[in-house]
Amino acid sequence: MSEAEKFDAIVVGAGPAGSAAAHTMAKAGLGVVLLERGDYPGAKNVMGGVMYGRMLADVIPDFMTHAPIERVIVEERLWIATDDSAVSIGHKTANSHGEIPNAFTVLRAPFDRWFASKAEEAGALLVTGTVVEDVILDNGRVAGVRTGRADGDLLADVVVICDGVHSFLAKRAGLQQREIEPHEVALAVKEIIALPKETIQERFNVSEGEGATIEIYGTVTQGMGGYAFIYTNRESLSVGAGALMSHFMKTKITPYALLERVKQHPLVRPLIAGGQVVEYLAHAIPEGGYKAMPKLYTDGALIAGDAAMMVNGLHREGSNLAITAGRLAAETVIEAKAKGDFSAQSLSAYREKLQHSFVLKDLQKYQHLPEFIDRHSDLLGIYPDLVNHAVHEMLTVDGMSKREKQKKIWRDLTARRSLWQLLKDGYQTWKVIR
Amino acid sequence: MKIEEKLFLLTYKHDKQTHITIRSNEPCANQCGAQWGRPCTTFCPANVYNWDGEKIAVSYENCVECTSCLTGCPYQNIDWRLPRGGFGVQYRNG
Repeated sequence: MSEAEKFDAIVVGAGPAGSAAAHTMAKAGLGVVLLERGDYPGAKNVMGGVMYGRMLADVIPDFMTHAPIERVIVEERLWIATDDSAVSIGHKTANSHGEIPNAFTVLRAPFDRWFASKAEEAGALLVTGTVVEDVILDNGRVAGVRTGRADGDLLADVVVICDGVHSFLAKRAGLQQREIEPHEVALAVKEIIALPKETIQERFNVSEGEGATIEIYGTVTQGMGGYAFIYTNRESLSVGAGALMSHFMKTKITPYALLERVKQHPLVRPLIAGGQVVEYLAHAIPEGGYKAMPKLYTDGALIAGDAAMMVNGLHREGSNLAITAGRLAAETVIEAKAKGDFSAQSLSAYREKLQHSFVLKDLQKYQHLPEFIDRHSDLLGIYPDLVNHAVHEMLTVDGMSKREKQKKIWRDLTARRSLWQLLKDGYQTWKVIR
Repeated sequence: MKIEEKLFLLTYKHDKQTHITIRSNEPCANQCGAQWGRPCTTFCPANVYNWDGEKIAVSYENCVECTSCLTGCPYQNIDWRLPRGGFGVQYRNG
């Protein structure tokens, strides 16, 4: 009968956080096993998905030469939309992106597979088709994991938990005691809509290899707190929408009906016309931010990525926090190994590293935003209308004198939202995002 | 395109055993309908949950493992577990 195998580290979940952690530790010579419950990394993963180059380059500096990326983003647009119009603001650059592009789209199935294979190249042992059912505790210390395989116990000095949103292991390892609340998580659905690359390049006005992103706020989420998005891939579009779970529960709108409405929007329809739906996906997204995070470390364990609620929803960032946290977790383990100390005290260095990085700093900056979105999603119904009306009126050349027009716009605005209310909205919004 | 047609596009490795069970029919039958309107029957993106007049019927084969029902059932009445290793949805794009 074989004894349970012992590793320096076990990483649970071969997503961005897990592969970043496994790669970093393996490269430093540690014996790492990377466990993935899907048949292949990425089988269970969904993202919008825009990824940010610098954080990936921190782990794999030459990723541009062989990572399966879709399009390098050269234009980002924000639409504040009513049912039939939008005020848009955006940024486009004609500059070449240099060695490391700021942002690019990916498809998670090929990407995660590639990323995990890099961890393997660095020396990590990737084991797929294997669910981790529980952590193994030894006198309260996390000492390994129990998998679904027969004789499937694995031991390690440290377990790095990267098992995604609604992490089961966070609870088992004692990092999270309570249940996640519906206002702390969003539900997003998306479709991959196939279109010829020339069509995409024409419609979005980008060259080969380049892409655009569109985020749409307003009545498109039918009163729920969330947004819709369109991202360009090489030969497809990722079109999706999401909203807070608590709002889905209240409105009874189905996620697929929400997405269909987005696709039918008169400003969206022409962009996706002629496309063929080739995949339909859905996933929960942590939205609770800093206040909803579990403990980040304990004796023998660390947690990173979605499992640790590391998502900055306002800025559309999650995978870069995951990759950075995975890397910082790995660096902590490497240091702990040198000291031979895997206690919570030793592993607390992980939190320090996160605090010095943008990860905790950004999550702390926006810690009051989730509550705001839950309570004030009505603003998403009110302001797009006001903004569109004001801009449309200003652009309408109908013989009214400009001074009269300005007065009319101001009257129309304050009739729908009093000056006092406008100031209050502005102040409250500024307070949660500053 | 109806939801059934969208789900049909997906690749699954179907397990013979379910990874989802309703813990007790009591909340579904006696409380949830009036209090919440059985939100699982609407928020699930894969149409797993359907009220058949007496109980919630669970079509686990549709599940895309989004994990939203873990938060969305107001009575914590859904025992949702990870499918066995290798089983369940297998996204080709992601």
